[in-house]
Formats: sequence, C-alpha cells, structure tokens
Amino acid sequence: MSFLALESLTKRFGSHPAVDGLSLAVEQGEFVSLLGPSGCGKTTTLQMIAGFVEPTSGAIRLAGRDLLAVKPARRGLGIVFQSYALFPHMTVGENVSFGLEMQGVASGERARRVAETLELVGLRALAGRFPRQLSGGQQQRVALARALVIQPQILLLDEPLSNLDAKLREEMQIELRQIQRRVGTTTILVTHDQAEAMALSDRLVVMNHGRVEQIAPPHEAYERPATAFVASFLGKTNLLDGASVRPEKIQFAGRGLAGRVRARVFQGNHWLYQVETGSGLVTVIRQNTGEPMPAEGEAVCLAWNSSPPQAKLGEVSAQQTEGS
Amino acid sequence: MTHDPSVGVRRRHLPTSWGGAPYLLGLPALLLFAVVVIVPLAMTVLLSFHDWGQYKGIEPVFILKNWREVLSDPYYGEMFWRTFRIALAVTVLGAVFGAPEAYILNRMKSPWRGLFLLVILGPLLISVVARTLGWALLFGGNSGLVNKALVSLGLISAPLPFMFTETGVVVALTHVLMPYMVLAVWAALQRLDPQVENAAVALGAGPFTVLRRIVLPQVMPGILSGAIIVFALAASAFATPAIIGGRRLKVASTLAYDEFLNTLNWPLGATVAVLLLVALVLIVAGASRLVERRYAQVFG
Ligand SMILES: Nc1ncnc2c1ncn2[C@@H]1O[C@H](COP(=O)(O)OP(=O)(O)O)[C@@H](O)[C@H]1O
Ligand SMILES: [Mg+2]
Repeated sequence: MSFLALESLTKRFGSHPAVDGLSLAVEQGEFVSLLGPSGCGKTTTLQMIAGFVEPTSGAIRLAGRDLLAVKPARRGLGIVFQSYALFPHMTVGENVSFGLEMQGVASGERARRVAETLELVGLRALAGRFPRQLSGGQQQRVALARALVIQPQILLLDEPLSNLDAKLREEMQIELRQIQRRVGTTTILVTHDQAEAMALSDRLVVMNHGRVEQIAPPHEAYERPATAFVASFLGKTNLLDGASVRPEKIQFAGRGLAGRVRARVFQGNHWLYQVETGSGLVTVIRQNTGEPMPAEGEAVCLAWNSSPPQAKLGEVSAQQTEGS
Repeated sequence: MTHDPSVGVRRRHLPTSWGGAPYLLGLPALLLFAVVVIVPLAMTVLLSFHDWGQYKGIEPVFILKNWREVLSDPYYGEMFWRTFRIALAVTVLGAVFGAPEAYILNRMKSPWRGLFLLVILGPLLISVVARTLGWALLFGGNSGLVNKALVSLGLISAPLPFMFTETGVVVALTHVLMPYMVLAVWAALQRLDPQVENAAVALGAGPFTVLRRIVLPQVMPGILSGAIIVFALAASAFATPAIIGGRRLKVASTLAYDEFLNTLNWPLGATVAVLLLVALVLIVAGASRLVERRYAQVFG
C-alpha cells in the first residue's frame, strides 16, 4: 500500500474543472513532481492535499487514513509557498520555531531543533534577522527550514524556486535534492519548469487541463512520452512518421532523410539546426566536438534510430497508468 | 579601479546638476504654504502675548499674562486633561471597534465588501454637524432612544446622562472618527499575504492563534497610525464637543472658541489654541517616532 494516495481527485470552480480525476500513489521517501503549464491545476492539487481547498470529489489517504477528515491545522504537513509566506514580524529563528511552539515542544528542545534545522539549510548565523533583511535565496531556505523542522510526513513545495534568478535556482535545485535525500521526507513539488522537475524528481506527473498526461520517471517520460503534449512539454521534439524524435538523437549521415539546412545557431556546447525536409521542418541538435559542421544552405541527410514501439504517439501506453 | 577625470569634470558643468532647481520649483507651493499656514499661525502666537481688558480691548504689547494664567489656573489644567482624556478614550474605542471592523470587512466577499465599505465610509460624506445632531437626538434627555433601548435590553436600570457628559462626547466622537481607523487598518490588511495565514495554519495554529500571533502584529503599524490620526482629530475636534458637551463640558477647542467669540478675549483664546497645537504636535510627533523606530527593522 502506498504512503500517500490521491484517488480520482476532482475540483470544480463553478463548472470549470481545475483538477479532473487525478489519481496518484506516492511511496514513502519519494520525490514526485507535478509538472504542467500555468493553470493546469497543480497548485489546486497541492492545496487540496494541504487542506486549503476542498475537493469536489475523490479521496486522499495518508498512510491508510482519510486525510480529508483531518483539519488543515492537524495534518502535520510541511508547506513551502511560492511567495514563501514567511512571518514578516518574526525573526528567522522565531519563524522556524513557530511550528514547534504550536506542537507544544519544550523550549530547550525547541531551540536545539531550530538550530539543527537552520544548520541544515546553512542559515545558522542569520537566526536573529528579519525576513526582509534576507535575499530571495535565503528567504527560500527559511521557508524550507520552517516546513522541515516539524518533521512533516510530507513536504509540499509550490514553485519554490520560481522567484530566484537562473544561477541561484540551479544551486538551490542541487541543494534541495541533497536536503531531501538526507532528511528522507516524502516530497511533492509543483513546477512549470520541466528542467527543474527532471533534475529533482524520482517521478514526474505531467498534467494538462487538470488531467494527468503521464506518470513516469523523468528519463522514461522524456524518452518515451505517452502523448504529444508530454513530448513537446518536456523538451524540443520532432514528429517523424508519427513518432517523437528528440533533436539530439538525429545525426547528419551519408544517407537517410534528405534536406537542406535552413538555419544554424551556435550555442556554445552545441549547434542548433533547422533542416527543411520532405517531412517538414526538423530540429537537430549536435554536440560541438570541434569538427566542421554543415553550413546554412548545405544539402544534408538525416538519420536516427527508430524509437521503440511504445513511443508511438496516439496509442495508450503502459506507463500512463503506472503507479496509480 | 581606474579613474577617469574627464567624467567628473564634465558632469560638474552639466546644467542639470545645479542644486537650486528643486527649490525653485518648490517655491510656489512654499509661498502658498507660508501665506495660508505660517502667517496666520505666527499671528496667533503673537496674539497670545498681547494684553486684553474688559474696556480697553486688545493691547499690542508683549506680556506673559495669558500664558501664566493658563499654565497656573487649575481650571485650564482640568480642561486640557479632559480634552486629552476624551481623545485617548476615543482612540482606544476606535481601535477596539475599528480594527475588527476592518478585518471583517476585508474577509467579506465581493458584493458585500463594497456595500459595507460604503456604509462605513459614507458618514464621511455627511457633515460632522449633521451626524452629531443625530447623536444629540438619540441621546436627548432621559427618554432618548439610546437610553430607552439600553433600559429595555436590561443593560442598565436607570437612564444614563449622555448629553453634556464626557460619555456622550466620547460615544459621538468615536462614531464620527471611526472611518479613519477603519481605513488605516484596512490599508494595512490589504498588504497582508493571505498565504501567510495559511502557513501558520499548516504549522498547527488555530484561528485565534493566527489572529493574535500572525495578523495582529502585522497590522499593528496600521492600527497605530490610525490611532495617531484619530487622537489628533479627537483632541482638536470642535463641532461634536460643542453640540454634545455644550457650554457645560468644555474642551480646548470649544474654550478657545468661547474666548474668541463670547468673551472677546482673543489673546487668551490664542494662548489656549497655541498650547493645544504644541501639545498635539509633541504627542503626535513623539508617537510617530516611537512607532517608526519600533517597526523600521521589521517592515522598513
Ligand atoms: N479560487 C479559485 N476560484 C476560481 N478558479 C480558480 C481558483 N483557483 C484556481 N482556479 C482556476 O483553476 C485552474 C487551475 O489553477 P491552479 O491550480 O492555480 O493552476 P497552476 O498552479 O497549475 O498554475 C485555473 O484555471 C484557475 O483559474
Ligand atoms: Mg500555481
């Protein structure tokens, strides 16, 4: 039996279904990402688990018991909000301590655990500061520490890194993953950034219009997307003979699909090509190995390994129902 | 670090770097301010040092008679103490009722919120005199509506005197000034991130704890700035104490008015007015400084 189970979870706002029959089973210690474009129902799903939005129908079970019957204040989940939602009038230490106070933890024990958790996120020295005196990345860590210190059964993260700049975001991704590994808390991350989801998660839940498109480990979802939406959302893709072929899987060869280079862009570690062929415009990505590459206007032939049969789009594939 | 001397030299010759422009642009406003505020104020201050007699009228001399009288006669001390006591009571009542009112207003759904905001702010569109006369009618003697209601509700056994009492002035002034408190607190509530309350709930806080530990401290600057406004307006209010308090219950502003228009002792009235102004400025400036220092670190 799975640790957290969402069963046909549905939420309608008026007649508009924000989340439509979502089923998901999460194992203890797993890191699962809800991935999809803005407005596809990720936050609504997370808020239903947290208890701030009541589902129209469906069930949520945590370790076998009905979570919907438990008040939000009694669910014991750690939540990191997109805006961080730190208490602006409390210091970093008081912010982190608040949850323990609510649990009635004695003050000595409280101080020890607050210090320990601040150490974990590397903020031990800043315990006396107020949130507005911190950078975005530091506020993010406080929010994480505040959620982790109560030793939640589940950690819920709503676009936790989207307010950070690109470089900091990458650093925090690595750190977040390390912290989650060390603490071992079951984690559900909501994001619209496919790179972030793939970098962090054990499994992806790709969503669109409130429905699940595919549930699979990142590598599998990327290599064998269940639907055209998943294929295009997880990265650049070409539709060739009804199958999804990733641009980096296509090579320039002596023979194969004939075409002409329409445009070529140098991107440092790789070249990005657009090739006009009989099957339409094909995107090709080649590693920059230092060898001479075809120029714009040159005639080329494209070759690739045929994808495995289950990647044929339009068929209902096995992994779509996996895990539920 | 390299230093390019030409940059500094060139900038010094740019016409826009001449420092006088802002002052020149501010001059018209400054002149207006001087004419309508500074000059009358200075004349009032000057007036407070002039002499006055029943038959000789105002004598433009420089004496401290009025100031000595106001500062030594316990009648004036009692009257100033009453003025600020009423203002303080109005401020506290305004905060106690206004802050929850603003909170409830903020939690209302779309059509109701607009409607009730109008109900609360609407009185601002009506003259203070009209609103206070309304209260005078409600209080009016032992058979006033308020007393009848309180007696029939069993809250009091005998009718309370409202007219010409501090209680009456405080009740009417609180009603008149409440919108300012509601507005100040409402503005503070608007700045709150609703997710912050959810964050506290998720950490196990009940509704009362969320209010006391999360919402209240965050809107405290709003309550305090509302309190400063209400206090200043209550201490200098004229119409309401004049109508409800009448000649029997005098506060600083009604006393100054009486000296000016009934006794015709302008210098004494000016002294009372200036003293009220100075005391108010000191109290308000002190309170603002205190509030700012307390919250600078937290809310910037
Ligand atoms: N409180 C609400 N009232 C009405 N519609 C809502 C509400 N919350 C979300 N929605 C709608 O539900 C859909 C999903 O929203 P959300 O879960 O926030 O998406 P995401 O987090 O994936 O961007 C959107 O179309 C949004 O407009
Ligand atoms: Mg969202």
